[in-house]
Amino acid sequence: MVTIVEPSVLLSGNEAVAQGAVEAGVLVAVGYPGTPSTEILESIADRDDIDVRWSPNEKVALDVGLGASLGGVRALVTMKHVGLNVASDTLMTAAYTGVGAGLVIVTADDPGMHSSQNEQDNRAYARMAGVPLLEPSDSSEAKEYTAIAFAISEEFDTPVLVRTTTRVSHNRGIVSVGPRSEVPGKGFVRDPAKYVMIPGHARTRRPILLERLERLTEYSDSTSLTVESGRDSEFGVITSGIAHHYVREVLPEAHILKLGMSYPIPMKRIGAFADSVDRLFVVEELDPHLEDAIRAAGIAVEGKDLFPQVGELSPDSVHHGFARAGILPSRAEPEPSPPTVARPPLLCPGCPHTPPFLALKRLGAVVTGDIGCYTLAALEPLAAMDTCIAMGSSIGMAVGMAASGGADGPVVATIGDSTFLHGGIPGLVDAVYSQANIAVLILDNGTVAMTGGQEHPGTGVTLQGSETKAVDLVALCRALGVADIRVIDPYDIAATSIALEAAVSYPGPAVVITNRPCVEAPVKIRDRPYHVISEACTACQACMALGCPSIVWTDETYEGRRKVRIDPLTCTGCTVCVQMCPPFAILRLPDVEEPNGD
Amino acid sequence: MTERPRGLLLAGVGGQGVLLASMIVADALLSAGHDVKQSEVHGMAQRGGSVFSHIRWGPRVDSPLVPLGSAEVLAAFEWAEAIRWVSYVREGGAVVADVRTIVPPGACSDRRSWSTEFPGIDPEVFISRRLKTRPIDAAATALGLGNVRVANSVVLGSVASFLDIDQIHWEAAIGRLVPAGTEEVNLAAFRAGRLVADAEVPGVSHYRGAYAGPHEIAIRHDWCKGCDICSRICPEYCLGLDLNGKLTVLNPEACTGCRLCVLLCPDFAISITAPAAPVLSGTRGE
Repeated sequence: MVTIVEPSVLLSGNEAVAQGAVEAGVLVAVGYPGTPSTEILESIADRDDIDVRWSPNEKVALDVGLGASLGGVRALVTMKHVGLNVASDTLMTAAYTGVGAGLVIVTADDPGMHSSQNEQDNRAYARMAGVPLLEPSDSSEAKEYTAIAFAISEEFDTPVLVRTTTRVSHNRGIVSVGPRSEVPGKGFVRDPAKYVMIPGHARTRRPILLERLERLTEYSDSTSLTVESGRDSEFGVITSGIAHHYVREVLPEAHILKLGMSYPIPMKRIGAFADSVDRLFVVEELDPHLEDAIRAAGIAVEGKDLFPQVGELSPDSVHHGFARAGILPSRAEPEPSPPTVARPPLLCPGCPHTPPFLALKRLGAVVTGDIGCYTLAALEPLAAMDTCIAMGSSIGMAVGMAASGGADGPVVATIGDSTFLHGGIPGLVDAVYSQANIAVLILDNGTVAMTGGQEHPGTGVTLQGSETKAVDLVALCRALGVADIRVIDPYDIAATSIALEAAVSYPGPAVVITNRPCVEAPVKIRDRPYHVISEACTACQACMALGCPSIVWTDETYEGRRKVRIDPLTCTGCTVCVQMCPPFAILRLPDVEEPNGD
Repeated sequence: MTERPRGLLLAGVGGQGVLLASMIVADALLSAGHDVKQSEVHGMAQRGGSVFSHIRWGPRVDSPLVPLGSAEVLAAFEWAEAIRWVSYVREGGAVVADVRTIVPPGACSDRRSWSTEFPGIDPEVFISRRLKTRPIDAAATALGLGNVRVANSVVLGSVASFLDIDQIHWEAAIGRLVPAGTEEVNLAAFRAGRLVADAEVPGVSHYRGAYAGPHEIAIRHDWCKGCDICSRICPEYCLGLDLNGKLTVLNPEACTGCRLCVLLCPDFAISITAPAAPVLSGTRGE
C-alpha cells in the first residue's frame, strides 16, 4: 500500500463519522435529525456523489438504508439513541436477512441527557439484535471505525451499529483525512429465502445469525480494534468509548484493555487480560454492559460499585472511583462555584409556540406534549404541558387520557410539524377511529427547530436543497377524517384563544394548526423591536406571563412591583406582548434605530 | 513524565457564539502544533440556556473534558456564566469575564421580594479565589470599532493575553473561521482585546421589595355574572370560575395587587385591598 501524507484537520465526531463513510465509498446516507447525531448528514449534504437525505422518521431511514444496501450500494443510517427505538423493528429482522452492500447504522447516545428524554444505553440493542457494535472514543476513531464498520458489514453479511455518545459526537479532534474510495453498486440480487422473512425463511436465517455471531466473536477476540496499553500492574482496567480517555487521563500509565468492538464482547481477550492482573476494573458509561458479561463469565470485576451508572462520566468521577478503590489518592474537591442564577433553555423571543400555550393554560387544559422546542412550554412561567414521553406520543396519550375520564379539563395534544409527520399520524388516525374527544394542536413552524432547523417532508425542500412536494397538513388531516380543522396565526392571541376554545368544545377530534414560521430557521425573522414606555407601565406583569427572554425587570417600580423593559437587540417585533399589555405601554417607536442587522 | 495537557473553558448563553469562538481557539492551538480536543454540548442549551465548551491541548490529549480546578483560563461572554464555571479554573489561573448580563425571564418571577437573585457584578468573587481577574466590557470595545457583533473577538483577544500561543496562529484561525467579509473587523477586535483594560464595574441592581403580606381580594358574588374577563386577564392566575360559573379566588397568595381585574370588571364586583403596610417602594442595596 502506498503511504501518502494525509491532511490533519479538526473534525467533530459527527463530521468524522461522515468522513469515514465518504472514504468508504458510501452512496446513500439517510437519517432523521436528533441531537447529538444531526450534523453527520448535514456535513456531507453538499456532496453530489452521495444521495444524502432526511427521512420522516428513523424507521423509514433504516428501511431506506436497508433497501439501498440490498440494492447493492453502501448505505449509512444515522439517528440519536431514542431513534433506534423507532428503527428497532427493522433492525431486529435486518439482522436475520443480512445486507447487500455494507450497511452501517450510527446511534448517537446522550448520556447526561443534554438534549434527550432518557439516557438509554444502546449497546443493549447490539446484543438483542445480534449485530456487531463499534464504539469509537474520539474523532479520529469515529472516522476509522465507520470505514471498518462497512468492511465488517460486508465480510459478515450483517448490519453494523456504530455507537457514539455526545462527548464523541460533539468533540472536535484531529483527524487525518483520506481520499474517497469508489465502491460501485453491485445491483440487487433476488434471494427470497434471504430477504423475504416469512416464518419458513426466517427459521432458516436464525441459525445463520447465531453462527455469524460466533464468527464475529472470533473476530472481536482477534481484531486490532481491541487495544492493550500500559504496563503490567497489579490492576487492570477494561474500558470503551469516551471512558477510555478519562481512565488514561487519571491513570496515564495504567494497564488498559480498550474495546473498540463492544459487541460481541471479546471474552477470550478479556479472560487473558484478567489472568494477568490481580484486580480488574471496568469503567464504562451508563449501563454495566461489559461488567455484567464479564461477571457472568466467572471473572471477578469491579465497576458500577465505584463509577456512576447515572449521567456522563468525567475525569473527576473516574478519579473519584479509583480513589474509592484505593488505587488513587483522594483529592480535595476544588472550591465549588458560588451560587448563580438558574438558566434553563427557553422558547426564543418571538417564538410562535408561546401564545398557544398561554391560551391552553388559560383553558385549564390537560396538555399531552411531545418532543420539540415547544416542550420548553412545560417550564415556568408558561408551565402549560403535562406530559412528554416520545416522538409522536402526544396524540395517542390524549386519546387515552380522554378515555380515562380522569382529566380535570379539556384534553389537548400538542405536537410539532416534523414530530407529527414522524410519529403523530397514527395517533391522529386513532383519534378519528375512536372519535376521541380531544383537540390536537399542530405547531407548524416549518422546520425541525430544536435540532437547528432541518428540512422535513412538510417543508418542500430536501436535505440537499432541491425543491420537492410538501405534505399538506390540512389536506392530510381532512383525509384522515378530521371534520373540525382550524388554521390560525399564533401571533394573534385572541384568534388563537378562540380557535382553541372552539376546538375543545367540538365533540370529537378537532385539529388546530398554527402557521407562523420559526423565527430562527430557515431564516432569522427580525422586525423592528418594541419598547416599553416606562411612565405608562403599571408593572402588572401581564407580559411576564409569556416568559419572553427579551422582557426583563427594570429597577423602576409601580406600587412596589417592578416595571419591565424590552431588549431591542433580541426583540423580534412579534407583537405578542403588545397584545398582552393592558395599559398600552408597549409601542413601536418610529424614530428608533433598528438593531444593526447585517 | 510527559507534559500534562492544559485546559480552557469558554462559557456563555445560547446564541452568543460560544461554539464559533471555541472553534477559533481550537484551530489556533492546532496551528501552533498541539494535539487538541474541544468538547461542547449543543442542542437544547442553544435556546437561551447555559452553553460551555471545553478545550484541551498539549503533546497528547486524552480527556476532552477539563478536570475541575485545572483550567488555565475561563472566558465567559456573560457575567453570571463566569461565576457558574469558575470551579474549573486552577489555582492562579485567569478569568476573563464580560460584564454584560443576560437576565433570564425565570429570574424575574419572585413576586414577593421582586429580586432577581442575579449575582452582582463584583470581581471580588474571582479575586478572592486568587485568580487573575479581568472584567471586560467587550461590547463597548466592539462598538468603538463600529460593530457590536465582534465582541467575542475582543474576549478572545483578552484570553490570548494569558496564553503563550503565537499571534499568527490566532489571527490565521480568526481569518479562516469568522463569516466572510468580517475578517478585518474581527482581527481589529482581537487585537484590541489583547490590550483591553478592566471595565468599570457597572452598578448592580439589588432591588428588593418588602413583602407585607397578601392582598385581600373581595368579590361581590351578587354582582358577578361570570363573564370570565377578570380570570382571563389576571397575570398571576389567581382567579377562576367555579362549576356554577361564578368567580372564585383560586390562589389569593399570588395576587400582586395590580388590580387589572378591578379595572376591567364591567360590574364593579371585585375590590382589592393592599396589605396593612403597603409596599410603595423597594430599597436598592449597595
